[in-house]
Amino acid sequence: MENSIPMSTLSPGESGTVDRMTLSAAMCSRMQDIGLMSGTPVVCVGRSPLGDPAAFRIRGAVIALRKADCARIFLRR
Amino acid sequence: MDTPRTVHIALAGNPNVGKSTVFNALTGMHQHTGNWAGKTVGCAEGECRTENYVMHITDLPGAYSLNGGCGEESAAGEYLLQNAADLTVVVCDATAPLRNLPLLLQIMAISPRTVLCLNLMDEARRRHIRIDIDTLSDRLGIPVVGICARSRTDIRALLDAIEKALSAAPQNPLLPDFPSYITEAADTVTAFLPPMQDNHRRSTAIRLMDGSADIESLQISPEKRGELYMMLAEFHARHDAASVSEEISAVLAGHAEVLCAACVHMPPGNDARDRKLDRLFTGRITAYPIMLALLFVIFWITLSGANIPSGMLSAFFASLEAPLYNLLIHIHLPVFAAEMLVYGMYRVLYWVIAVMLPPMAIFFPLFTLLEDAGYLPRIAYNLDLCFRKCRTCGKQALTMCMGFGCNAAGVTGCRIIDSPRERLIAILTNTFVPCNGRFPLLIAMASLFFIGEESSLPGALFLSAAVVFSVAVTLAVSALLSATLLRGMPSAFILEMPPYRRPVIHTVLIRSLLDRTVFVLGRAAAVAAPAGLLIWILANADAGGMTLFARLCGWLDPAGRLLGMDGVILLAFILGFPANETVIPIMMMGYLSTGTLSGYESLHELGALLTANGWTPLTAICVILFSLMHWPCSTTLWTIYKETGSLRWTAVGFLLPTLCGCLCCALIAGIFG
Repeated sequence: MENSIPMSTLSPGESGTVDRMTLSAAMCSRMQDIGLMSGTPVVCVGRSPLGDPAAFRIRGAVIALRKADCARIFLRR
Repeated sequence: MDTPRTVHIALAGNPNVGKSTVFNALTGMHQHTGNWAGKTVGCAEGECRTENYVMHITDLPGAYSLNGGCGEESAAGEYLLQNAADLTVVVCDATAPLRNLPLLLQIMAISPRTVLCLNLMDEARRRHIRIDIDTLSDRLGIPVVGICARSRTDIRALLDAIEKALSAAPQNPLLPDFPSYITEAADTVTAFLPPMQDNHRRSTAIRLMDGSADIESLQISPEKRGELYMMLAEFHARHDAASVSEEISAVLAGHAEVLCAACVHMPPGNDARDRKLDRLFTGRITAYPIMLALLFVIFWITLSGANIPSGMLSAFFASLEAPLYNLLIHIHLPVFAAEMLVYGMYRVLYWVIAVMLPPMAIFFPLFTLLEDAGYLPRIAYNLDLCFRKCRTCGKQALTMCMGFGCNAAGVTGCRIIDSPRERLIAILTNTFVPCNGRFPLLIAMASLFFIGEESSLPGALFLSAAVVFSVAVTLAVSALLSATLLRGMPSAFILEMPPYRRPVIHTVLIRSLLDRTVFVLGRAAAVAAPAGLLIWILANADAGGMTLFARLCGWLDPAGRLLGMDGVILLAFILGFPANETVIPIMMMGYLSTGTLSGYESLHELGALLTANGWTPLTAICVILFSLMHWPCSTTLWTIYKETGSLRWTAVGFLLPTLCGCLCCALIAGIFG
């Protein structure tokens, strides 16, 4: 897994595909509900003015997530 | 002709897909729709009559998934799983079909009949998104209608599709295949289930396997239950529930991808305009200046627009006072009753209307405009870090914004926050932002003692500053609660940022005027009329040589002095409990001792009166602070009780702002007095 990076390190414009998530089970299922699971392509489309949260395009919708949560989602580039 | 058949129809869909607009179009009801998740609080119900059917339509709260475990969201799943609807209309956003289709697939698996309604087709066309509706309908095995909910003809087409589906045989939808280990186990589990519709048995079996349903909730014999436990335990030893659930989500998402690849043409960069606007509204340099500027402009337009009509309304109603009194005397009402009705009830009523109606009729449409355009979620996005630092949820920014309109609405709106701890904090702190009813007092105080002139520009600046202050207090109190009574860490934050939409001016006008303005005004009037009576009685009842009102003021005076105010002001705040709008008029009545409320025709008059009664700028500051921080109005308090279901938390909701206000005022009065 050495080439997987946490989603929180994506800069606006960068993208990746979800590899694995180390979130709690409850959070994982919340993420599944919005369509975020392994294999989902993710594009970072912006960062809020204070740097956290950031906005991601996930399955055609734009969703804001906090850094702390994104740090536990790992992407393949 | 046959009598129309009564049918039950559920309206389901993801949040932000315009579900409530479709509901309104179908039922002609004016449920207010919002551009953020969870606006439909509870299930709205309405009726739609056609030639052949009486349709009872239930608008379910927006949900991403039927298994969604969080409060509001689970309501949609529960309703559909109880098999209460003859047909389910799934509303999807035509600009984001990929993320909407998995929910549709889940619903198709349990609903006897499903119609897919692709809403926002006009927006999709504008973005050059093409959807092959016929192919999609073939591939799903259910009717699909593309509509723009604002168009009458499109709604007719949707109704036709619903009627056709109702009169046809139950559907045989085409569902994706699950991996064989899931389907095989599901077949075995199904045998244990009590009799119910086939597709329900199957989905219940699958829900038992992915952990979203509980064996205890099934109506089966103890022996069967034991066997089922054994079976599921054996299954879960090999495949844990979480991985089954992920697998199922993946299959649904994969199927949605296949469908979209076949039926939807999505040009890359179709959301370029949204991202450009986001760079402006959430940009590092531009975000906060724009937020403050919008706040200021809204208040400025409200203030400068409301002054003149307020005066005209007041003059008009005042001119009716004498004829009304004469009329009541003419029909042989006793003098005291006529005075009570005219100078007590009527005067308070028209005062509240004259002061509240014009600003609301300007403020609410402006606010609705921002809401419809999709700006509010951006506020939550911009402010989330501040709320996270206070260990609460950024969505609290949204409920706060609703609080500017009406705190009771803001408290109800807190349902959009998932974590119970964070929701409670949002509920308890909502009264710290001033609602519309408190604006007139804030403006009057500011113009009299700090700005000098009756000009709307400094007034708007002052109001904006008061709002910024109240937001800061909200954050501080939230942090305090997070560290004491409601200890805990911030939970996850998932905020959808819907596309910006061009608001339709006339619907914004009609909706905000009809739904919000008339609603809030109606409530205020309903409270003001009896309050006017009570105040009149207090001010006219004799209690040992002086009126009851004067006596009460005397009792409260020491406490009032301690807070940098006086007994009259404190009593005005107490009597203003039913409606904050009445605080100024009650105060004036106290000073004038006329026994009836007196409206202030000009601010100079009011200023002279207040100064004559010993007011200083310090008094005004204390009144402003106390108005920002005191007990919630009766409606809000009742709403807090309904939302928390606990007397204890309602008491906290009452005491928290009151103590903060008392503390602040006492400190200021003590230091500078």
